[in-house]
Amino acid sequence: MDMQTSFLDRLFDAGLLIDTGVDGLYGRSGQFEEVIAAFERLIDKVGGGDGAEAMRFPPGMNRAFFEQSGYMKSFPQLAGTVHSFCGGELDHMSLLKCMEVGEEDWTKDQKATDIVLTPAACYPLYPTVARRGKLPAGGALFDLQSYCFRHEPSKDPARQQLFRMREYICMGTEQHVTDFRQSWMDRGVEMMKAVGLDVTIDVANDPFFGRAGKMMVNNQRDQNLKFELLIPITSPSNPTACMSFNYHQDSFGLKWGLNLEDGSVAHTACVGFGLERIALALFHTHGLDVKDWPESVRATLWG
Amino acid sequence: MNETIRELLGRVGGLPVPVTELTDEADLYAAGLSSFASVQVMLAIEEAFDIEFPDSLLNRKSFASIKAIEETVAQIIKSREAA
Repeated sequence: MDMQTSFLDRLFDAGLLIDTGVDGLYGRSGQFEEVIAAFERLIDKVGGGDGAEAMRFPPGMNRAFFEQSGYMKSFPQLAGTVHSFCGGELDHMSLLKCMEVGEEDWTKDQKATDIVLTPAACYPLYPTVARRGKLPAGGALFDLQSYCFRHEPSKDPARQQLFRMREYICMGTEQHVTDFRQSWMDRGVEMMKAVGLDVTIDVANDPFFGRAGKMMVNNQRDQNLKFELLIPITSPSNPTACMSFNYHQDSFGLKWGLNLEDGSVAHTACVGFGLERIALALFHTHGLDVKDWPESVRATLWG
Repeated sequence: MNETIRELLGRVGGLPVPVTELTDEADLYAAGLSSFASVQVMLAIEEAFDIEFPDSLLNRKSFASIKAIEETVAQIIKSREAA
C-alpha cells in the first residue's frame, strides 16, 4: 500500500477525517478542528500586533471579479464554477427524467451563476480594497481566512479540493511588502519550530497550466517571487508546502488599480497558511491523538 | 526575422508604445511587456517560425529585448539544423 493511502486510511480510522466518497473532499472531526483553531490562535498571537484589518468572505466570489483576476489564463484546470438549474416547469420534468434514466448527463443544462468558488483566500480582497480609493502612504495590511477550492482530486490527504487558507496580505511600496514577506518567512520557521515541526524553505512556483505555463513557472522562479515552507507529511523526499510567501510585484496593483496616496502603483505580497496541511503535519509528526503530543507542543498550542 | 518578430510583438505583445519606437536592445519588460503577453509572443513566434522553444529557453531572458528574441530563435533554428 502506498504511503499516501495509508496515512489517509489512518486518518479515517481515527475519525479525524470523514470519508465522503470523493477524493479530496472530507469532513473533519472536532479534534481536527480544535487543532486548526489552536494554530489559528497561534497565528493571531504572532501576527496580531501588526494591526491587520480582518475580513472574512464566504468560499464563493463574484464571477466578474474572478474573470478579471485572470485566473482562467493561468489555472483553468483548478477552477470551480457554481452552476444552477434556471429552467421552467417543463425543463424540470425533463431534468428529473434525465436523472431517473441516468443515461445522459443531467448537469449539462445547468447555467453558470454569478458565483465562482474562491481559489485563494485573498482573491475577493483586491477589488474590495480598490473600491475604497487610494491606499494610505504607509500601505495596508489585511487578515483573511476562507475555504478555497481547487479541482485536483487526490488520495493525498494533504491535497484536498476544499481546504482553508489563512492569509495576511500586504499592500505598499516594493520595500514595504518585501520586508513583510521576509518577516513572515522568519516568523513561519519559528512558529513551526515551536510546535515541533521540521521545516525547510525553498523557492517555488504555482501550477501554471500547459506549455505556456512552463514559461510562467520559469519567470516566477527566476525572480524568486514565491517561496514555500515545506514539511514532510506523506513523503519524506517530497515534503508538503504548508505556508507560501508570495510577492506579486505590481501585477495586482496594476490589474485592480491599487494606488498609493502619491499615485504610484501599489506592490502586493501575501503570506498563506495551509491550515489543513499544518494540522496534518502535526498529526503525522506527533501522532493521531493530541493527548500523546509532546508537552512543549501542547503548551504552545493550548497553554 | 527582425521584422517578423516586431510585427508579432506589435500584434500580441500588448505594449503601451508602438514597436517602431523601440530599439532592438530596448528592455521589453520595462516597456510594459507582461508575463502573460510574453507567453503570447512566444506562442506566436513558435507558429511563425515553425519552431518549439525547449523548456530551458522558456524564461524572461529569452524575451528581454527584440535582440534577445532574435538570438533565441536563431539558436533554436541552428540547433534544429545540427540535429
